[in-house]
Order: sequence, then C-alpha cells, then structure tokens
Amino acid sequence: MHPSIKKLTAPRPTRRGFLAGSAGLVLGLYLAPKARASATGEGYAPNAFVRIAPDDSVTVLVKHIEIGQGANTGLPILVAEEMDADWSQMRAEQAPVDPSRYVNTAFGVQGTGGSTGLSNSYMTMRQAGAAARAMLVAAAADEWGVPAGEITVTKGVVAHEGSGKSSGFGALAEAAAGMPVPENPALKDPAEFTLIGGEGVTRLDAEAKTNGSAQFSIDVYREGMQVVAMVHPPKFGAVVVSFDDSAAMEISGVNAVRQVPSGIAVYAGNTFAAFKGRDAVTVEWDESGAETRSSDEIARVFAEAARAPGKVAEAAGDVDTALENAAEVIEADYLFPYLAHAALEPLDGVIELREDGAEVWAGEQIPTISRQAMGGVLGMEPGKIEMHTMFAGGSFGRRATPDSHFAAELANVAKAAGPGAYKLVYTRENDMQAGYYRPLTAHHLKAGLDADGNITAWLNTVANQSIIADTPFAMMMKDGLDPTSYEGSNDLAYDLPNTRLSWAQMDAGVPTLWWRSVGHTHTAYAVETFLDRVLEAGGNDPVEGRLALMREDRPRDAAVLSRVAEMAGWSGPGMGDKRMGVAVVRSFGSYVAQIAEVEDRDGSPHVTRVWCAVDCGLAVTPDVVRAQMEGGIGFGLGSMLHDEITLDEGGRVRQSNYDGYPMLRIGEMPQIEVSIIQSEENPTGVGEPGTPPIAPAVANAWRALTGKMPYRLPFARGAA
Amino acid sequence: MAISLTVNGNAVTLDADPETPLLWALRDELRLTGTKFGCGIAQCGACTVLLDGMTGRSCVTPIGTLEGADVRTIEALEGAEAEAVQAAWVGINVPQCGYCQSGQVVAATALLQEVPKPTDEDIDNAMAGNICRCATYARIRQAIRQASDSLEG
Repeated sequence: MHPSIKKLTAPRPTRRGFLAGSAGLVLGLYLAPKARASATGEGYAPNAFVRIAPDDSVTVLVKHIEIGQGANTGLPILVAEEMDADWSQMRAEQAPVDPSRYVNTAFGVQGTGGSTGLSNSYMTMRQAGAAARAMLVAAAADEWGVPAGEITVTKGVVAHEGSGKSSGFGALAEAAAGMPVPENPALKDPAEFTLIGGEGVTRLDAEAKTNGSAQFSIDVYREGMQVVAMVHPPKFGAVVVSFDDSAAMEISGVNAVRQVPSGIAVYAGNTFAAFKGRDAVTVEWDESGAETRSSDEIARVFAEAARAPGKVAEAAGDVDTALENAAEVIEADYLFPYLAHAALEPLDGVIELREDGAEVWAGEQIPTISRQAMGGVLGMEPGKIEMHTMFAGGSFGRRATPDSHFAAELANVAKAAGPGAYKLVYTRENDMQAGYYRPLTAHHLKAGLDADGNITAWLNTVANQSIIADTPFAMMMKDGLDPTSYEGSNDLAYDLPNTRLSWAQMDAGVPTLWWRSVGHTHTAYAVETFLDRVLEAGGNDPVEGRLALMREDRPRDAAVLSRVAEMAGWSGPGMGDKRMGVAVVRSFGSYVAQIAEVEDRDGSPHVTRVWCAVDCGLAVTPDVVRAQMEGGIGFGLGSMLHDEITLDEGGRVRQSNYDGYPMLRIGEMPQIEVSIIQSEENPTGVGEPGTPPIAPAVANAWRALTGKMPYRLPFARGAA
Repeated sequence: MAISLTVNGNAVTLDADPETPLLWALRDELRLTGTKFGCGIAQCGACTVLLDGMTGRSCVTPIGTLEGADVRTIEALEGAEAEAVQAAWVGINVPQCGYCQSGQVVAATALLQEVPKPTDEDIDNAMAGNICRCATYARIRQAIRQASDSLEG
C-alpha cells in the first residue's frame, strides 16, 4: 500500500477521552491530553495505547495489524523505552477498530500499509510511554511522600534511593490512574535509548507463533457457526445467470446455497462439507461483460502502448534531440506479469450478525474502509459493527483492498442467510483466481550515449492499469497520473540530462492491487537492469558507474551502495562460475542496496549469497529490520524466478494453487548478510523496501554470467 | 462411520464422513487450530502433523485411513527435540506472519528426531515441502542448526 494517501475519509481526532466498551475507563491521551486516566477492573490504562495490570504486565494496544512485519514488537518497544519498562513485562494486543483513536496519521484512516507503521507511530507511542511513566512516578511520589524528581525508573522498577522504597508498576497502577495526564511528557534523548536500536529483543508474537496458539481469523469458532465457501465467476466480470444446487444440497453437512453479488455461497456445518458443496454447485454464467482476452493478448496491447507516447509524468531537457544526436542508442522492452500475493492464509473472516449489529473477526489492513463497506451492505451504521483485528497469515498488500471486496462479501454472506455466525473461507483456488493482482506492466526504455560513453538521454514509458483510479484512493492521482503505476521510474537518484518518463493508463477487466512494494516491483527491475547495460556500453563498472551518476542531494542512496560494495568485496561482477550483480532502490522513504552472487544451475539462476545495506532512518528494532530485508529478498526472488498469473484464451486464470504458482522454497534461499546504516533520522518503513532490488541484482549478475538479460519475467518465461 | 484414533495422547472417536481430511477434523471437530490450511493439495506443508511419528500432510489424509493411528499436532509436540526447536525458533525470532510455522516446527522436530546432526542439505531436503511466504528460510535453517547444537551432550 502507499504512504501518501492523506485524509481519505478523515475522521478527525475527537476530544472524547474515554473508550466505551472496554473494561472500565481508558484514557485517550494522545487525543485528549487534558483528560484524566482511571483505574479499570483489569488494571490501569493511562491512555488508549497502554494498559498496566496488577501483575506488572504492560499491554500495548497496537493500532496496526500484525501481518508479519513486526508491528506488535516495534510499537511496544517505543512505549517500553519511554516507560523504562523491562522487555519481559511487555505484551501486545491488537487495538480495536476505532479510527477516532487509532488513526494512521499518514492516511487519515485506521489502516496499515505503505510501510508506514513505525514512522507514523514513532512519536505517538513514545509520548504514550512517557506519559505513563510520569504518572507512575507521580503516584509513587505521592505515596512515599518524596519529590518526584528523586524517583528513578529502571527496567520496570520505580525506586527512591533516599528512602529505600521501590515498587513495580502494578502496585502503583491504581494510584497512577488518579494522576493528571501530562500534556507534553518529556521524551528521552535518543542517546539514552536502551531498547530502541538494541539487540536481543524477542518478538512479542514469537512464542505464540511457535506453539500453535496464535489466533488468526481462520481460527475463530463461534457458537452455531456455519462455514461458507464461494463459487466465483470463472472470468473477471462474468455474472450469475442461474445455478443448480441440487447436488450440493445432497452433501451431508451442507445447509444452504445462496446467490450473493460476488457469486454463489455454500453454507455448511464444517469446512470440508462447504468445500465439497462448492465443487458440486453448477452455475450458468453471463460472460458478455467479462474480460475474455488472454494475458498474452493484454501484454501485446500494453507493450505496444509503451512504445507510443504516453502522458508525461516527468521530463527534463530535450530527450528527442538528445537521442537523435546520440553516438549510440540502446533500447529495451520489458514485460512484467500479473502476480498474486498468495499469502499462506487464504482470505477468510468471521461475522456474527444480530438484528441490531454485528461482530467481525478479520485480518483487514484498512478496517475503517472495510467496516464502512460492511455497514453499507448490512444497512447499519459502521459503529454498530464491532471489529476484531486478528493476526493475518501474510498479506503483502492483499488485505488492503480499496473496494473492501472481501469484507463486503462477508457481510453479503451473512445478509443472505440472516442473523447467525458465519466463517467465510476462500479455498486456495478462490484466493489465487480472485484477481487483485500486481498489474501486468510494460516498460519501454531508450538511452542515448555520447562518443565517450556518457548518458545523454533517458526515456522510459510505462504502460499498465491504474491501481487507484475509480477507487476511494483516486484522490492520490494528480493531473490524471497514478504515481503507484510508475513510482521508482521518476525522481531517480541519478543525474541524467534530457529525460522523459511517460505513463499510458491501460484498461483490462482484471482487478489489480498493490503487491509488496507496489510500482517498485517492476520499475526497479527496468531501471536498474537497463542502467547496468547502459553503463557497460559506456565502459563503466556497475558500482562505480552508479556512484559517479548519483545526484549530490541523494547521499543516502550513495551510502547504501558504497556500504554494500564493501560488504561484498565488490571489484566488478567477477569471473568464473559465480558472478555478482548490484541494484540500489529508494522506496517508501528507505534506501536499500543489494548485491547478489549468482551461479548457473541447469540454465536458471541460483542465488548463493546476497549482501544488503539498508538505511531506514533510526532502526528501532534492528532484528526486525534484518528479518524484513531477508523476507523481502526471498519474496522478490521467488516471484522473479517462478511466478506469473496468466489468462488463457477466453480469459480464465490458468493458475489455481501452489503447484502452478510455485513459491520460493528453502533450498533456493540464499545466505543473506544485512547491514543497517546508523542513522538518527526518523524511522522509515522496512516491510516493502527489501523487495525491489533483488530481482535486478540477480538479473545483472545473470547477464554478467551468461550475456543474457531476461526482459520478460518470470525468469523461466523471459529466458524462453 | 466412527473412527477411533489417538490425538495428542488422547483417545478420540470421530463420527464423520471418512473422506474428511484429518486437517478439518482437527480444526472443526477437535478445535486444534494450530494446524493450518494453506492449499488443500499437500503443496505447502502448513497442515503438517506427526502420523505415527512421521510427518504427514493432514489436508490430504482422510480420517477413514486413520483407524488406530497416533496423531500428534503442534499443540502437543513433546520431547527434547521439540523443546529445542521451539526454543531456537523463539530465540532467533523465526516467525513473521507465523501462519506456516506450526508446520515448520513439526517438520523440524521430526527431522531432528531422525537425524540429530543434519547437514544443510538434510535441512533443505527435510523442509522442502514447507512453504514460508514470508521467506523466513534463512532463520529456519539457523534455528534447526542451533536446536541440533543445543541437544548435543
């Protein structure tokens, strides 16, 4: 998802200070600084983000969904640091869906995406922790009759040296609740941080995710709950004419079959019966409005458009004249396929519908919008829908749909059957064939060089569908341009004269969506592999050549590139059976350079090692940063090597499961070394930025090894 | 048709369609939700359990084939290898989204029970059937090596 979405439906922070419905009174410190905290039945909650229990445990209410990126660790660290808590007493809990308190300040709605989780919480959560600490200290001062200024807090122990008194947080919690909430609690000087930026922090969700107890929405069971499976249209845009449920209804356990706007819903007493029933329903479809082109045909049209003039997104100098006058012109056409997110937990969710409201358990990245969509379907105020955010078994953007199609479907399933509890579970086939893919994209690039090998012209035209046009996110578009379609092709780190970037907005009936790192999934590959080739034509080393081209105002790009070259002992792509390739990409405010070492294994690249340098500002949890780089590399590598969603002649999606859409497996995972640039800049995201550089780095190494460049991904297709 | 088997050491009788995959019996009937659904065709390993001590894919194992079988799931993994694996998993912060990790932990435990000192190749082979979409593979390898080392002596 993208970070620059502002004020979408913009529920403004309210002055209301109290959370209704939770145990006792919970104060909204951040939103209502003058309000007072209060004790609750289950402990003391100095603000909407922190709860202190009598057993000394401190629970942080995390407003971002935990999809693996580490939100449930990163946000609590910020609180613990300012509270001077001990890490072992910290707990994380998903905050309720309540945008008035838990808004993502980067979006204006409660939502997770665009690698914004830590950056938009950095100050808020520190303030929450500092306020809680100040109130505990005030309570201790009161109780012990000593000056607050003489009280220390260390690893969860509040102490006064002079009197020898000390206490844990729990014993002071109730008294602290009566203290005024400081409006501007003093924050630590970063030089005093002990947890932030430190090592040895165990993820707060690690244990539950190792012993099977972590609760995902698929794990929710309600009294009398039915499991629902869907029959979806076989082609995008097809609609139901009629259906025959007689065979399905004969299956033991199947209770009902209903038509809903998105297809046919099969209701059963258990998942197996629901899935069997799904396969037994026969449907007649109206395909008159469906996308019936094959993906090859769509690709041909897009590639043609990329060779024609598009809408100019960025331009400098006179690229046409520069190309005419160039001593050498190099050009290339790239093609990138539709990609499925293929998170391991298929889309699923639970709804319990009552006459007067509903309760929902789901893993939605933008619950504000999802709840509005459900309210629309059910004809109820969104506030009547209580929503629980569960762990999500991966997302990579898939659970952040601007149209909230899954939440709406869940509501429709309940609406069609009436009050009761329903778990909607996609089969893997539903999940993979539902669309919402990374857009199929064509790039056409052209570069001019002078007689000395200097780059004199750089032209890039991108053709793809817009992810955000005709959605609530369309307000991000400017002058008819969708920046998510070409981000990473513009504002390059390189000082290039005479440039033009254009975009051709294409139409297709295939729903598209952001996929981990969005536009950078293709722009990084096109730009960084093409540049490699152009540098070689000019007689330049891939690292030295890039550094020489770097703009003066982009020192952080240069720094990660220099660092990674050092790490890998770079002295050119190398000789022999293993070669190195490099790429450097800024995305979502973070800077990542990677070098891949590649060998030829039966005609395919096998990546043995990857070196990765990242500048994400202050690294709040270095181990999470490393983990996200590792995971981002594996994610990008798997898709580069194996993956494409294709539509056959007639428009049916060919791939339906992991057999046809293979995931990276352990034997393909390279050894990875990550280095984090020390920085005092505010933290920026790490969930997405690890992904873009790996594919171009591997391709550049492959070209060094074999002389061949895959211009079409995945690799198997490009090499063919 | 009633099928009698042992699940996590307890005698269990399942009165369900014998075609029902063990995965859905565990989850829907016994509420053992640690075992996960990912693909339904034995491609991803999220549903891995121990069947008579060997790893098996519960999504393609009909309960009708399990009369008298001994099933062990993530919720009740036992023994030194399981403890070492789970300690290493937490210590190294292996999980990200965590959805596949029950299957990974079961598979890793079975590996160490069979091969106490696995080579990298042993690890890659034993874990090849378990997809991690978050690509935590580097840490999975590291955690298995660490668990193996911790079991020594």
